Amino acid sequence: MFDFLDKYDLLGAFWTTVQLAVLSAVGSLIWGTILAAMRVGPVPLMRGFGTAYVNIVRNIPLTVIILFASLGLNQTLGVTLGGGNDFETINFRLAVLGLILYTSSFVCEALRSGINTVPVGQAEAARALGLSFGQVLRLVVLPQAFRSSVVPLANVLIALIKNTTVAAAIGVAETALLMKEMIENEAQLLLISAVIALVFVVLTLPTGLILGWVGKKVAVKR
Amino acid sequence: MSSVLYDAQGPRAKRRNVLFTVVFLVALAALLWWVFSTLNDKGQLEWALWKPFFTGTEAWSTYIWPGLQNTLKAAVLAVVIALPLGAALGIARLSDHAWVRVPAAVVVEFFRSIPVLVLMIFGLALFAEYTNVSSDDRPLYAVVTGLVLYNASVLAEIVRSGILALPKGQAEGAMAIGLRKGQVMRLILLPQAVTAMLPAIVSQLVVILKDTALGGAILTFPELLASANTMSGYYGANVIASYTVVAVIYIALNFALTSFASWLERRLRRAKKSTGAVLSADDVETADAGTVGKV
Repeated sequence: MFDFLDKYDLLGAFWTTVQLAVLSAVGSLIWGTILAAMRVGPVPLMRGFGTAYVNIVRNIPLTVIILFASLGLNQTLGVTLGGGNDFETINFRLAVLGLILYTSSFVCEALRSGINTVPVGQAEAARALGLSFGQVLRLVVLPQAFRSSVVPLANVLIALIKNTTVAAAIGVAETALLMKEMIENEAQLLLISAVIALVFVVLTLPTGLILGWVGKKVAVKR
Repeated sequence: MSSVLYDAQGPRAKRRNVLFTVVFLVALAALLWWVFSTLNDKGQLEWALWKPFFTGTEAWSTYIWPGLQNTLKAAVLAVVIALPLGAALGIARLSDHAWVRVPAAVVVEFFRSIPVLVLMIFGLALFAEYTNVSSDDRPLYAVVTGLVLYNASVLAEIVRSGILALPKGQAEGAMAIGLRKGQVMRLILLPQAVTAMLPAIVSQLVVILKDTALGGAILTFPELLASANTMSGYYGANVIASYTVVAVIYIALNFALTSFASWLERRLRRAKKSTGAVLSADDVETADAGTVGKV
């Protein structure tokens, strides 16, 4: 019954999905943290930039961003991201770039919501004790903010794992593209769909459960 | 300007802020200049490429408006079907009977953990194989099916956390005056929960609207993004111009929805008609450890 699976590189597609997810997660965590720092910082211009970036990028469909990366950046403007002539590498990198640009706006909002849960009184009390700006951040505000960012960040990560399927739009050989190919060639619709569904359930459900548990564990009781 | 992170600034901090502003401005200007010169080098700023959108209505009436209509059609159909389904699933998850509660929970968790694109691809093949829906209509059916399956389970979670956010006294009071379980839900809990859930539901509309673009990119559904592709072919490879126009339309639509949601949320919080907390989209995600994907 599962014989047809031998013809396809299911493991390879799964691995591509994981690679897309991990690279984009790391990238968007970095860029999202920078954006969050800008959005909560004291410099009005940076705050404006952060707010504008988040509001613009969040409202564009990821599909548009990723297709634009391929058709606009690569084919029109000749951006290759160091991929040379290898279309697979270029498309993979463009997909990661698109996922990072998109997901970082949600990471920024998750971190900002974490900072917003810290009551102003905490920082005021810390300043009243004579702690410096750095100490207030390091000892009082950020530890609380990170704790309450865990669950929103976990949700962003899960959404990111699911969003990696959009890379199929520019031909990255990940799980959804393989599913499309298998469905076109085999008369095993329900079985194929069940296998693919299982792949994503295996990736997202444990992530949600574990990080949700961690989030509850470290949450600040108020 | 003072916040939890920093106090009102003194002269030294103000000087430092000016320095940061100048440095950032220079970096931003350099980036913009780089974008401008790249576009210019590749001839993407030629008036001919942008002209169709600013002179005449052909581009709008032939490509953009029909595409936008399909986008809105898919989104509205998905919402209209997913809302009652989601409400039913959400209430079923709160049932006292395990044989209702457990299957509902399995369905919700399953469809929430699968990418909407996978559901759409599945839908397309399903309609091709088991129904006689014409091949022109199949993409629309598949897109709506995918969106309904996914968003019904997300809406189910919104409904469930909206009801759970109500104070326990509401249900207890209703039962104390002798209402039956169905009456407690219908007369006491749901009316209060629905108002509290409205902002979260409106935010979910944004997700639905954005996900319709998947249909255009992968399922040959002729919506707004697909029309950008046909358009750029017709007007001589003006990918940059077409995508910019389409992106601006998406941003305008979604920004309007997001602003409406937060206006609604502020208004409901102020009005305090309901006893429960007003749910924003973010609250729903944190309501349990599940896998809500608003992104």
